[in-house]
Amino acid sequence: MKLASEQTLELDEGHVTVGQSFSDDPKMTMRNINVFYAEKQAIYDVSIDITKNEVIAMIGPSGCGKSTFLRTLNRMNDTVDGCRVEGDICMDGENLYAPNLDVVELRARVGMVFQKPNPFPKSIRDNVTYGPKIHGLADTRVDLDEILEKSLRKAGLWEEVKDRLDQPGTGLSGGQQQRLCIARAIAVSPEVILMDEPCSALDPIATAKIEELIEELSQNFTIAIVTHSMQQAARVSHRTAYFHLGKLIEVNPTEQVFTMPQHQLTEAYITGRFG
Amino acid sequence: MNNRSDTLSKIQHSLTRRNRAEARFRWYGRCAIFIGLLAVAVLFFDIISKGHGAFRATYIKLDIHYDPELIGINNLADNEQLSAGNWQALSKTALRNKFPDVSGRQDKRRLSKLLSNGAGFDLKDHLLANPQLLGKKESVWVLADDDIDTYFKSWLDGDAYDARMTAKQVQWIAQLHQEDLIALKFNSNLFSRGDSREPEQAGIRGAVMGSFLTLIMTLMLSFPIGVSAAIYLEEFAPKNRWTDFIEVNINNLAAVPSIIFGLLGLAIFINFFHVPRSVPIVGGLVLTLMTLPTIIITSRAAIKSVPPSIREAALGMGASKYQMVLHHVLPLALPGMLTGAIIGMAQALGETAPLLMIGMVAFIVDIPNGFSDPATVLPVQIFLWADSPERAFIEKTSAAIMVLLSFLIIMNTSAVWLRKRLERRW
Repeated sequence: MKLASEQTLELDEGHVTVGQSFSDDPKMTMRNINVFYAEKQAIYDVSIDITKNEVIAMIGPSGCGKSTFLRTLNRMNDTVDGCRVEGDICMDGENLYAPNLDVVELRARVGMVFQKPNPFPKSIRDNVTYGPKIHGLADTRVDLDEILEKSLRKAGLWEEVKDRLDQPGTGLSGGQQQRLCIARAIAVSPEVILMDEPCSALDPIATAKIEELIEELSQNFTIAIVTHSMQQAARVSHRTAYFHLGKLIEVNPTEQVFTMPQHQLTEAYITGRFG
Repeated sequence: MNNRSDTLSKIQHSLTRRNRAEARFRWYGRCAIFIGLLAVAVLFFDIISKGHGAFRATYIKLDIHYDPELIGINNLADNEQLSAGNWQALSKTALRNKFPDVSGRQDKRRLSKLLSNGAGFDLKDHLLANPQLLGKKESVWVLADDDIDTYFKSWLDGDAYDARMTAKQVQWIAQLHQEDLIALKFNSNLFSRGDSREPEQAGIRGAVMGSFLTLIMTLMLSFPIGVSAAIYLEEFAPKNRWTDFIEVNINNLAAVPSIIFGLLGLAIFINFFHVPRSVPIVGGLVLTLMTLPTIIITSRAAIKSVPPSIREAALGMGASKYQMVLHHVLPLALPGMLTGAIIGMAQALGETAPLLMIGMVAFIVDIPNGFSDPATVLPVQIFLWADSPERAFIEKTSAAIMVLLSFLIIMNTSAVWLRKRLERRW
């Protein structure tokens, strides 16, 4: 079939996100977000809520702005020269871009796991206890050890590394490294965890372990995950947001997105017609 | 089928050509390395063959009688007597007793010229260290004059250089040699004394200490300043036209001829701030100006080589930028920074020109003990000795070069070793 929707695949200027982008019980609310890299606009007028304790997946073709969007949530874009963010981003009603807000505190509350596992070239222990140490969350060694064990257990890594806590974190396998990074992120008890394609550098078995972990973590944390894999989005997330060329096209419960997408572009993407 | 074998033969044809080109290229590389090694070998051979003699000096064995009357003292604790004492008489008398049939004023003078004119003071020091010797006799090896030293060494090598010797002196040496009363011994003066007009008494201790103090000063100033500048430029400074301008100028500074830094130091530190001349403080300041660009450039490269993922990880954990730098970037960049600092220091150790401008070329006999004592440095000492007319300074110059080179080799080896040791993989 020739694409019946060929005309509509072109986005109209005043596109309005379809689906359920708003929530009754939001953890984070984003309104009219525009992001620019110098002169180039990367995100166009995105508004969305993230519900408490949900896993929200962001999918879309390469360069659609999903990673950029994720990085506005803990202001990692601040480190990029020439990056400018417009609009309101609030967590529990508090504006994250308010001039008196300290990004250090924000990043303790909104943790992040990166695409490539990036443990510090230090011991496993130091990797996990780094956050609690710099934020002063533990006073004694005993408290630190407790945090260490709890975080590693939550990340499903404790049994594998408990006998070699003082060996370098960089000596672990790729999947273990990524779980170490997750343990490191949850050691400071953040409220939200951002994951930027956390499995793209991992093999299928390691990926399965991380996905299992995400499901468990969603009981205690709010998780926003960017992924290239639609299957992964379908497996782990409660809601899915589809981005296209910097615009938020559709947000709906994951099941609906993958069975009855509301927008032609979403449908075209999930059925593999582009992306 | 035909077509295919055609392609194959073409490939094979070009393959032999490619292999030949590669083999040729390898030989070019080997030749280049050979030429480089040859240059080093010639340099080392030349310096060692000229300088090895300086590590031994000629001594003459004499029966010294520590006669209080002869010296003109009666109390070893009286400093005034000690400085007025006729110490030279000790060795002169002993020598005359050895050759009793020498007569005539000129011959007697020639005879006493066999010995270094510092011999009396060596005996004084020896006596003060062993006061029980006063009034007694003892056989002592006494330092010979530099002309005797040069003659004796060349004579032992079978190619006697006697241009500065009289026939009688030659005869006396032959007699002493027959009786085993003249010999080459380890030249401890070379390592324990400062500079001197008399080659046999000149040592490099003063220059080594001067170099050490100057380098400490340089390191203490240039490492913290250079590393701070590098960290600020890499991690904190905004990237704009100003920082580009600064970067270009740092690179320019690295290429400025070193004598210009000497003139700058003369104008600023000595003429404007009135820092005393010839002292390690001002030498260190000038060499700091010179090594700063090297340290900044290598430190920036070391910081740049820290993967950005580590920075993101730290920032993502809520580390402040300062904590990110201090906890993660700096430890990873440190080996590179240290290597840069050591290479910068090695450069500073070998630097001569700027120090000439700030008076560290003065003739200084005393060994410097502090940053504000007048001093000279090893390369300047080499320059001074190379300029001296006495033949004995030729081997001294080469010996000082050997010492300087061994310091440089130690520093550069430790740079490589440190980098290997501290380098962490991620």
